Amino acid sequence: MFGWEFPPHILGGLGTASYGLTKGMYDNGDMDITFVIPKPWGDEERSFARIVGANSVPVAWRDVSYDYVQSRIGNVMDPQLYFDLRDHIYADFNYMGTNDLGCIEFSGRYPDNLLEEINNYSIMAGVIARTVDFDVIHSHDWLTYPAGIHAKQVTGKPLVIHVHATDFDRSRGNVNPTVFAIEKDGMNNADHIITVSNLTRQTVIEKYGINPDKVTTVHNAVEPLSEEIRSIKMQKGKDKVVTFLGRITMQKGPEYFVEAASRVLAKTQNVRFVMAGSGDMMEKMIRLAADRDIADRFHFTGFLKGRQVYEMLAASDVYIMPSVSEPFGISPLEAMQMGVPSIISKQSGCAEILENVIKVDYWDINALADSIYAIIKYPALYNHLRDKGLAEIDTIQWKKAGAKVIDIYHKVIGR
Amino acid sequence: MKAICFYFQIHQPFRLKTYRFFDIGNDHYYYDDFANDEIITRIAHRSYLPANAMLLDMIKESGKKFKVAFSISGTALEQLEQYVPEFIDSMKELASTGCVEFLSETYGHSLSSLGDPEEFAAQVKAHDDKIQELFGQKPKVFRNTELIYSDDIASMVAAMGFKGAITDGAKHILGWKSPNYVYASSAAPKLKLLLKNSKLSDDISFRFSNPDWDAYPLTADKYIDWIASTPQEEQIINLFMNYETFGELQARETGIFEFMKALPRFAKEKDIAFWTPSETLQKLKSVAELSVPYPMSWADEARDTSAWLGNDLQNEAFKKLYSISERVRLCDDRKLKEDWNRLQTSDHFFYMCTKHRADGVVHSHYSPYDTPFMAFMNYMNVLSDFIVRVEEQYPLSIENEELNALLTTIRNQAKEIEELNREVAMMRTNILKAEEGDMEPIKAEEEKKPAKKPATRKRAAKKAE
Repeated sequence: MFGWEFPPHILGGLGTASYGLTKGMYDNGDMDITFVIPKPWGDEERSFARIVGANSVPVAWRDVSYDYVQSRIGNVMDPQLYFDLRDHIYADFNYMGTNDLGCIEFSGRYPDNLLEEINNYSIMAGVIARTVDFDVIHSHDWLTYPAGIHAKQVTGKPLVIHVHATDFDRSRGNVNPTVFAIEKDGMNNADHIITVSNLTRQTVIEKYGINPDKVTTVHNAVEPLSEEIRSIKMQKGKDKVVTFLGRITMQKGPEYFVEAASRVLAKTQNVRFVMAGSGDMMEKMIRLAADRDIADRFHFTGFLKGRQVYEMLAASDVYIMPSVSEPFGISPLEAMQMGVPSIISKQSGCAEILENVIKVDYWDINALADSIYAIIKYPALYNHLRDKGLAEIDTIQWKKAGAKVIDIYHKVIGR
Repeated sequence: MKAICFYFQIHQPFRLKTYRFFDIGNDHYYYDDFANDEIITRIAHRSYLPANAMLLDMIKESGKKFKVAFSISGTALEQLEQYVPEFIDSMKELASTGCVEFLSETYGHSLSSLGDPEEFAAQVKAHDDKIQELFGQKPKVFRNTELIYSDDIASMVAAMGFKGAITDGAKHILGWKSPNYVYASSAAPKLKLLLKNSKLSDDISFRFSNPDWDAYPLTADKYIDWIASTPQEEQIINLFMNYETFGELQARETGIFEFMKALPRFAKEKDIAFWTPSETLQKLKSVAELSVPYPMSWADEARDTSAWLGNDLQNEAFKKLYSISERVRLCDDRKLKEDWNRLQTSDHFFYMCTKHRADGVVHSHYSPYDTPFMAFMNYMNVLSDFIVRVEEQYPLSIENEELNALLTTIRNQAKEIEELNREVAMMRTNILKAEEGDMEPIKAEEEKKPAKKPATRKRAAKKAE
């Protein structure tokens, strides 16, 4: 598998989904998974997959000793693998910026020279493909499609690409032609395409012109929460708390949340609104809240991470995700796990599988406001969504998603 | 001799419009007129009207041997009066043949029998008055909303003076027994029961046009043969269904109307008669008593009340609604009463059902809402406004009993005043007569009267404190 993010060092939902899926597939048994990421930190969980760091794969020959390799990258890779990989260098990449081990450095993030990193990642993939024994290549999101294609060309093994998002989701329609070209190329070369929702599947078929027969939806799932997280209890004040949690960008529809908040506050007091996260629209949102004269009851927390996220959820009475376009959207599932009733937009992929949430059109501010009001005013609804939501979320397991992916593997391998 | 007892249900709820929380306290009109008009007009033209014409033909052709019964809810009647008045006329014509019986039910097609006996009685009376007014018949047999029935309900119904009730022949109640007999309630043995023959009823209303059904296509002679081949002792076949079966659930093109029209002819060949429920109860004796400790109905797989009161949302809405019923009964605001009837309709609760699979499909088919949560939210918003209005008339800060006492006092006083006025008037006429005849003693008594009045007022005031 080629991926870009892997917990605990993640920047978005991609890492969480890659991790969950891999683990879920492993739980189905009889799986030997190698997961390639640009830059491992050494604290990744490795019990269910062999994590290989792209920045430890040599693409140029260096005469180094076992001990030296051990001391340099021993924390992230078995030195023996390094030497195996070194035996499979297929061209002289010394002209590239390589280090003392003959490896290319990766940031593992989304830097300005992202396209260059994607290209380097694909060069490195050639070495891995020649070294590691495998049956299927699985590429997560467009960043790793070129690597997948390369590996397929080298080995002739089937390629499955996993579409976690398309550029149409990220840009609200203003597609970057380069990104589109990479995505399209990946889809054309893939033997099978997995999408995280029917919404995304439709985009792949309609916008990228892909044959529907080779596109299958496998919805994401969630990892059960640890006991430690679940036991988080926050002191609740007399005010109800309604929370938006995510990047404050156009895609997430933050302005609809502010507008809905002002409608709720016009009718009722004793409720506070929280916009947790950061993003390029944050300043605009602060101004909008002030303009609507609700700044005293509308709060911004800035970026939250790790435990803070769950503390925020534990303190919330309503979770809201008014995304304009969301390929899947894992955060409402997390809110449900924390027992927080959720309101999500119908334009979110997760709306396809969730029952015990309230679904509205993202632009329907009145319906959003009405839903918020109903959850905080009618205890029966709050209790129902909380209890039934908790029960429902227990049935959405990565293991089931993993089984579906394995079925697809069998199909592409031809057995 | 066997007989078939047909009974058709006609019911439409007043669907609510999208009612947002910021409308609470501002907007007191709750209904989606457009949808209500559209739906009832469509169904009436596709189903009710042609079906009425069909029944009229059948009655005439059979020489009044063909008989049926109807149960029409008050909310449906209101809508029909408003949007399809020709239906009311056609129904009156049917009623005038004497071959049509009208059954009693709650005015609002409500669930009041499950939680509010007083309201239940009031609704039944309101409904029966309406039937009397429109069709000149006083219903004698009771049919509860969606055939909901239990021992408790039986006692209430018997107390209202009904001779019989109609309910479902649910498997879990009947066990090995057949629905083709008349039974009696074990809680109120005087109340006889007619039970729906589910198999034969659903053959018409659900399976008639299903090509996957092994008995497809269903013809009238085949159907009558089935009925004729039931054991000799089983004398009554109760076929209960929604009136929409004709033309809506089973489209005209399926031949449902022709099927019905052919029934009497084949029935006659096999010596099978058509009886109304009252007639059946007169002619047949009950064979056994049935005990139904928990409420049952004809809805969903479970045949219980879980379609309306099966989750916490529905229960909350139900509780909230009936928590103010005493208050509402104290009001005489006509508009408020009207809304009260319409808000009680069971359909609003049906839309909030969160069941899945086969049952869920039925619920969402009829629901104007995307999800049960939307149904709940909308209903609760409307109900909140309604409660605000009731409170405006009678603040909740006053206890019900206290309020009741005050109102009784006021009413008693009103009565008293009326009586006294009448007395005064009588005296006056007497005085006039006396003056004519110059009779002294009566005049003296008249002087006593005004003195009495302030005294009563004082007493009344004391009561009010």
